[in-house]
Amino acid sequence: MLLGGAATAAVAITQTSFAKAVQIGIPEKAFGPDDPTKVPGAPPGELGTRSKFEKLLKSPSEISSRTPLQDLYGIITPADLHFERHHGGVPVIDPAKYELVIHGMVDKPTVFTLADLKRFPSVSRICFLECSGNYRGRGTNQKLSPQDICGLTSQSEWTGVLLSTLFREVGVQPKATWFLAEGSDAAVMTRSVPVSKGFDDAMIVYAQNGEPLRPEQGYPARLFLPGWEGNASVKWLRRLELADQPFMTREETSKYTEPIRNGKIRQFSFTIDARSVITYPTYPATIQKGWLEIRGLAWSGRGKVRQVEVSTDNGKTWHLAQLQGPVLDKAHTRFRYLWQWNGSETVIMSRVIDETDYLQPTLRELLTARGADTGGYHLNPITAWEVKPNGQVLFRPEV
Amino acid sequence: MIPKTACLKILGAGLTGFLLVAVQASDQAWGNSPVSEQSVKPDTLGWPARFGLGRPATAKEIAVVDIDVWPDGTGLPAGSGTVSAGKALYTAQCTVCHGATGTESATLGGRLVATSLTGREKAIGNYWPYATTLFDYIRRAMPLTAPGSLSNDEVYSLTAFLLQANQIIDSTVVINAKTLPKVVMPAQKFFVPDDRKGGREIR
Ligand code: HEC
Repeated sequence: MLLGGAATAAVAITQTSFAKAVQIGIPEKAFGPDDPTKVPGAPPGELGTRSKFEKLLKSPSEISSRTPLQDLYGIITPADLHFERHHGGVPVIDPAKYELVIHGMVDKPTVFTLADLKRFPSVSRICFLECSGNYRGRGTNQKLSPQDICGLTSQSEWTGVLLSTLFREVGVQPKATWFLAEGSDAAVMTRSVPVSKGFDDAMIVYAQNGEPLRPEQGYPARLFLPGWEGNASVKWLRRLELADQPFMTREETSKYTEPIRNGKIRQFSFTIDARSVITYPTYPATIQKGWLEIRGLAWSGRGKVRQVEVSTDNGKTWHLAQLQGPVLDKAHTRFRYLWQWNGSETVIMSRVIDETDYLQPTLRELLTARGADTGGYHLNPITAWEVKPNGQVLFRPEV
Repeated sequence: MIPKTACLKILGAGLTGFLLVAVQASDQAWGNSPVSEQSVKPDTLGWPARFGLGRPATAKEIAVVDIDVWPDGTGLPAGSGTVSAGKALYTAQCTVCHGATGTESATLGGRLVATSLTGREKAIGNYWPYATTLFDYIRRAMPLTAPGSLSNDEVYSLTAFLLQANQIIDSTVVINAKTLPKVVMPAQKFFVPDDRKGGREIR
């Protein structure tokens, strides 16, 4: 991309380990002063910016936008790079007019303003949020990055009020077993959620990574269900209705259900099963012979990551990866494995074991269990990467 | 974990008072306790039964937003619709995204009409478990570019037409709050609850 541009101010010659001279063009406008110690820098500002040398971008389609997993470090997704998936676009909601109504099988049907929600005792929690349709690795295309394959997962510190606190406030009646969560977007998104999840760890969140929620993540307030498929964490939340049965909305019948064996269709499959994915080295990176750190993310909707294993010989042998602490419940966990690449062609991959002893399966194992027609929901297979002798790294489709 | 005396003291005090005391108590009791000891769940011992926040929701304001329709028909409004009226509405407002017959799959909105009940391509006739969902969804979300623009009679008619096109009702049936919940969808029997539960077995 850089080569051949008219605005090339300098050309650097770098020597790679393959003893091949490579020209690297550097565009003129990205070029700072020759010596930053001889010129005063920019003054303090009102809003921080990313370095102009960095280009971190989500990749949007008509219905979603993916997090650039391969470009990120640590476990927190910068809020502006959090993935997006919505069914009626991103609405504009005035926080001064925002209201959440809770009604149905409750003693006191109540309307809460945003200020009300913020007055309740608050809770902050670092959790991943993942779309259940987060696998695009079926096919023959090898030029896929982690962002392309499973970029519909991100992680934030979420702050809000526990739903159990609100449930107590309105007096949820004992016979209530499900609640409907409804958004105020153009899809007027609805999902039914078991009341037990509401009492367990569900939250109504209004902040993300220390700042108010981003519009794409549900500003000014959303439901957040730790460890569960993203669609159920209804954004732009306007209403909760308590009932003694699920509502059978379109999103929990026609969508977000998966055909399994014997002609059956699995419904209310909320929990995200454990997955790991290597984020470096992966397409489009090119590597060089010698030491490098294989890096990736692992998570489980059922609890903590217990262990991650890495193979550098196409799955013949597996090695324990190091987990970066703190290892949090229902949270992206960073793993690392030190590897000395000898320059020969190989395949690298990772697999996670969570605290329920679940072992991340291969795509073949998933399709064997569910049938070939299962579709695209809840696919969390081991993801492999082909390392070519020239250092190129490509996605290696399984079937 | 807050000492009993502290709990007694804060009962009856305002929320701010409670938080202050709770923080002091925790400082004394826990010292520099590691993060893992602090559960994400607050200690509710000292909490009031209610914080007294929010205001009562009136029946009128609930009715404005309470648009969901249950499988047993709860929530269906007055009004009714016919297959012929629905067909005309479909042709005028839906074909642009769902195709002339609804069986077209390479459309923006996707296929609505199943050509066979065992066909693997998801559509209303072979995949939707409840007819009431059709009314609920069309009324809240369709047409995509003008959601909420259809009258209840129009939604009943579009529901009737799509059920007829999927060979679930015949063309003379009138669809209303009484008849719609009685429509049995062929795919309902296929639906089973999630049976995944962690552990070694892949499901
Ligand atoms: C501008 C394009 C557009 C128009 C016009 C439109 N739709 Fe849709 N429709 C869509 C899209 C896109 C979806 C999928 C939305 C999603 O998944 O969030 C959809 C989904 C649906 C579904 C759910 C399908 C399923 O299997 O889950 C139904 C039913 C439906 N539309 C009915 C209608 C009816 C009836 C009309 C006419 C009144 C209509 N649509 C007009 C674009 C359109």
